[in-house]
This record gives sequence, structure tokens and C-alpha cells, in this order.
Amino acid sequence: MSDLWLQFSQQLFNGLSLGAIYALIAIGYTMVYGIIGMINFAHGEIYMIGAYTGLITLSIIGVDSALPLFMVIGLMLIAAVLVTGVYGLAVEQIAYKPVRKSESRLVALITAIGMSIFLQNWMAAGQGARDTAVPQIVTGSLRFGGGGGGFEVYVPYARILVIVVTVVMMIALAFYIKYSRMGRASRACSQDMQMAGLLGIDINRVISFTFILGAVMAAVGGVLIALAVGKLNPFIGFIAGIKAFTAAVLGGIGSVPGAMLGGVLLGLAETFAAAYISSEYKDIVAFLILVLILLVRPTGLLGKPEVEKV
Amino acid sequence: MQPAGSGRAPAWRADLGPALISALLTVVLMLPVFGLHLQRAGAITIVVPHWQPVFWAALLVFVVQMLRPQIARLQLGRRIPRLPRPTLSSRQNTLLLWLVALVAVTWPFLAGRSAVDIATLAMIYVMLGLGLNIVVGFAGLLDLGYVGFYAVGAYSYAMLHHWAGWGFWWSLPVAGAMAAFFGYILGFPVLRLRGDYLAIVTLGFGEIIRLMLINLKSWTGGPDGIAGIPKPTIFGYELARRASTEGGTTFHQLLGLKYDSHHTVIALYLIGLFLAAVTLWFSNRLIRMPVGRAWEALREDEIACRSLGLNPTTIKLSAFTLGAMFAGFGGALFAARQGIVNPESFTFIESALILAIVVLGGMGSQLGVILAAILIVVVPELAREFASYRMMIFGLVMIVMMIWRPQGLLPAKRHVVEVS
Repeated sequence: MSDLWLQFSQQLFNGLSLGAIYALIAIGYTMVYGIIGMINFAHGEIYMIGAYTGLITLSIIGVDSALPLFMVIGLMLIAAVLVTGVYGLAVEQIAYKPVRKSESRLVALITAIGMSIFLQNWMAAGQGARDTAVPQIVTGSLRFGGGGGGFEVYVPYARILVIVVTVVMMIALAFYIKYSRMGRASRACSQDMQMAGLLGIDINRVISFTFILGAVMAAVGGVLIALAVGKLNPFIGFIAGIKAFTAAVLGGIGSVPGAMLGGVLLGLAETFAAAYISSEYKDIVAFLILVLILLVRPTGLLGKPEVEKV
Repeated sequence: MQPAGSGRAPAWRADLGPALISALLTVVLMLPVFGLHLQRAGAITIVVPHWQPVFWAALLVFVVQMLRPQIARLQLGRRIPRLPRPTLSSRQNTLLLWLVALVAVTWPFLAGRSAVDIATLAMIYVMLGLGLNIVVGFAGLLDLGYVGFYAVGAYSYAMLHHWAGWGFWWSLPVAGAMAAFFGYILGFPVLRLRGDYLAIVTLGFGEIIRLMLINLKSWTGGPDGIAGIPKPTIFGYELARRASTEGGTTFHQLLGLKYDSHHTVIALYLIGLFLAAVTLWFSNRLIRMPVGRAWEALREDEIACRSLGLNPTTIKLSAFTLGAMFAGFGGALFAARQGIVNPESFTFIESALILAIVVLGGMGSQLGVILAAILIVVVPELAREFASYRMMIFGLVMIVMMIWRPQGLLPAKRHVVEVS
């Protein structure tokens, strides 16, 4: 294979693993928006809390414990999912529920921004604002190419783990939404909340459930990124959240498959821009995509158009 | 056997279950943040448990949940007293205004240097708050990238000085115009968007401006920014120990005073006060003009507005542009006060802070915004020991205000005509 092709496949892989994380977070944005039409600004912070919980669990178990690796990762994921599930529920009940009925959309958005700032600094007050190292437990990598001093493709196992776990989570989520009772209720609510309520669906429970489910997906993303990147701070959620929101908008906000598609596309776009244009403009690319998609096609790739009625 | 007269379990028993669950959930919320503390021990990270904060938080939540019926009966929160607002005759009003102006001008001569310096910062935030109030309060457009225009203003002065040697007073109108220009060209495409989409796109623009400032190294100095920005001159006389040009006169020489750096701080404060007053006067006029009325109409109902023949895009754009202009003025003053600008000063948190000022004061209420700006700058300075919790409290204040008092501390008076 030529060097060019190897480089391309390296970027493709990097983009996919980055996009997988974006997709996991984007699910939470899109599901909440689909149900109550609100941008949950604090969602990125849930992801950050998930990452911290994973790290704490890992530190309790100990890096050199006798447990097999998959069990350690499994325990990290379970702990993160439990804690962030509670966070998702608490944030919704304490901050968002009281403002849900207010007539101005700005009220809910400002509440969410306040929650985002609060959670960042809440974690900073507890665990310190500086970078914390995450021990690397998934080491090693696949390498191919590189014959005769050419380009060598470098595929760390930690990044492969990201992609594999994301795919499994996505499939599980898709089945859950399609076939479970709660999934059906939540789809009904996103179509017409009032009607769903009249038909005996407990709307408040569905909304809480949506927040919990979104938090769970973000937590998985948080644990995976902590393992792959190797460091954390309380402010990682902000940029990741904005990027994931961009992914949700790109795919069509309100649409779960759209969030998955948008995440992967954004990850690819960012990685390729960093590789072939300039790494310093990587973040600008994400914001430009966000601005452009909102201007040209606000419904996103897979979204349905929304008509405002008087 | 149950006590006579009650066939049912006592009321508190019904509360016990939910209260216990709440306490349990609190434990889960507290554990990863305050309960299990990550600490480095040599090469590895260990977890040190702190059970006390977790226990107290859980206990607190439990007690509050158990007492909920009693608290609800007290109607707490429902009856937050209205802040007293005495009605004054127009004569008293004018008198009060002159009195406030007199105090605002004279107090720095009696106060300490650091207090005056903080007051200058407060004036900058008053300008920013009033500017954002035009966009968010009057026109109802949530702008999360306001800090971008602030940055444009600050960098306009910094770059004009650095590359062309311009002074503050020449740069000030240019800084305002540049920020307004950016507001115009960025506002043009996005104003068709609905409220929350608009918020996100403006956030994106704010971040793009900051990232450009970091990346355009040859012009803006990159992450290090531009240093050595001079203080404003007064009627062409420099506020410095020695004149920078050969044979020039400085302000203290002109007045025959001994040089004192305290005077520079006071002068800067007075310039800030003057600019803030101009901003207030200007926005006060604007809201009474047809364009101001149109902003308010648009905020209340866009569709009704359009059906009455008002062009929403033009109206929104004017709010956006004028709001940005004041951010530009504020930015130029900020650059003069700091003497250095770098992209670190213009992060999203700054936007959120200015938004918090507008929200806290009451969207659309100028007096409220001024008070909130002063509060938000001065209170953290007074409570230094809580400095690390400052942002956490800001977040909390934003949430609590939105839940209990979305109209702000001093709600704006709405121009309402009752039709009988």
C-alpha cells in the first residue's frame, strides 16, 4: 500500500474513534431535545462526571489488581453509569422541572447554562481544577505498514475499545428504544407529549428517564475517553459538549440515528481538517460546521422540518 | 394499636420513604466529588475517603425532605418581598440623580487605590451589561458570544496602538465601530434562526473569534497577546511620570501637581464612569425611539410583529449591532486598564458572566443591570475567602434566579397600555 493510503486510513481510524465519543454524548442532547425541546447545556458536564467516576473506581480497584481487564473496565462503566444516572435525574428534577412550564425558551436555556457552570466548579471544588492523570490500563497497539521506513499506521487498543463499546451501546440503545415499554412511551412523547399524557403515559417519568438514559450514554463516553486520553480535568465537558451538540445538530436534532451519524461525520471532519489543513484550526472547523449547518439546513441531515404554527 | 382518632399512619411515615431515597441519592451525588478524594501518592493515584461532607449533605437533604410539608405551608419562596421602589416626583428624581452623580465622581478621591481600580472594572461591566441588555433584554435575542465583540474592541485599541501608534481617544470610536461591524456581519446570516439555535451559533462565533485571535499570531501576538498598551490621555496630556515624546507635557505637570500613580487610577475610573453614563443615556434614549419599541414588540411576538409590517431581520440586526458597539467601547477601556490583552480574557465564561449580570438585574431593566454589574464585580472582592467558589455560586445564582425570580432583582417596567 502506498504511504498516502496508509496515512488516510490512520486518519480515518482516528476520526472514527473521536466521532464515536461525540456520538455517545450527542445522543443525550438529541433525546432531551426531542422530548422537551430544550438544549441541555449541562450535558457535557455529565460526561465529565462519568469520566471522574470511572477514574475513582479504577483507583479503588487498583491498577495492579488481580481482576481481569474486562472486569475492571466493566466495573468502571457500571459505577460511572450509576452515578451519572443519578446526576441526570437530579439535574432534571432540581433545575429543569421547575422552569419547564415557563413561557420563554430563554429561561430554560439560562438555567442549563447556570447548571453547566455550577457542575464544572462543583467538581473543581471537590477534586481540584488541575489535570489528573488516568493510569493507562489498556496498553499496546496494532501496527501495520511501515515497511522500508514508510508511514506506519498506529492503532492503540484503547481506541479500538472506544469504537467497539460505542457500537455495542448504540445497538443496545436502538433495541431498547424500539422494543421496550419505556422506549415506546418516550417515542410517543416526542411525537406529541399532550396526547401521550392523555393516553395514560406518565410524562414526568418519561422525561426523567430520558435524562437518565442520555447521562448513561455520556458516562460511557467519559470513561472511554479517560482510558484513551489518559488525563482529566473538570472543564473537559464544555468543549466536548459543544462538539457533541454540533454533531446532534449536524445529524438532525431530535433524531437518534442522526446523532450517531453526526458524531461520526464530525469526528472525521475534525481529524481530516487537523491532518490536511492545520491542527490549530481543528476547533474552528467544528464551529464552522455548526454555523453552516444551522444556516443552510437547520433540520440537519436526518431531521424533520418543523413548522411554527400561530 | 393506633392512637384514637387516626385510622391512617401518621403523615410523617409517608414522607420517610422518599426522604430516605433522597438522602441515598445525595450520597451517590456527593461520593465522586467530595466523598472519594483523588490524591497522587508517588506514581499512582489513590482514593482518600472523606465521609463527613457526604454524611452532612445526606442528613441535610433528609431533614429538608421530612420537613417539606411544613416548609410548603410557610409558602417560602413564593413570597419573596418586592424590593421597595419608592415613587418619586420628577423633581426629586432629578435631585437624586445629581446626588448619585456627585457621589460617583467624588468618592474615588477619598478612597483607596485598589477600591477605585475595582470600581473601574465595575464600570466596564456596567457598559457590557447595558450593551448586552439591548440584545437580550430589549430584543429578546440570547447572545452567548457577546465576549467576542468585547474582544474585538479590546484588540482594536491594542492593535491600533501596537501597529499604528494610535492613542486611546482616536481608537475608541474605531473600536466601537469595529465591534459594531462584526456584530453586523455576524448577525446578518444568523438572525433568521430561532432563540436557542441563535444562542448556540453566537456561542460558536464567540469561540471562533477567540480561536482566530490565538491563531493569527503575526497580527495579534497569539496566546501571549499584546502588551504595553498605554493609559488614556486627558485632553492630549499623558497620565504618566514622564512624557513619552521629547518635550511633551504630562497632565500632572500641566496642573503643577506631584506625580502620583493614584491619580492615573482615578482618571481611568472617571473615564469609565463617563463612558458608562453615556451608554446608559444612549440606551435609555434608544428604548424610547421607534426602533426600541420595535425591539420590545419583536421580543413579545415575532409573528404579530411581522404581520404589522415590521421587518424582523432589520430590527434584530440593529439591536445586535448596537449591542456589539458598546461591547467594543468596553473592550477598549478594558485594554487601557489592563495594559495587556490576550485571548485568555475572552473565554465563554466571560460571556456567561455578562449574561448573569443581565439576568440577575432583570432583563430589560437598566437600573437592575447596573446594580447587578456592581454586585458581581464587588461582592467577590469582598468575600476573598470564597474566591474558589465564586463561579460555582454564579452558576447557582443563575439557576435559582430562573426558578424563583426570572424577572430579575429589579424587574423592568413594561410599557403597558390597559385597554378598558
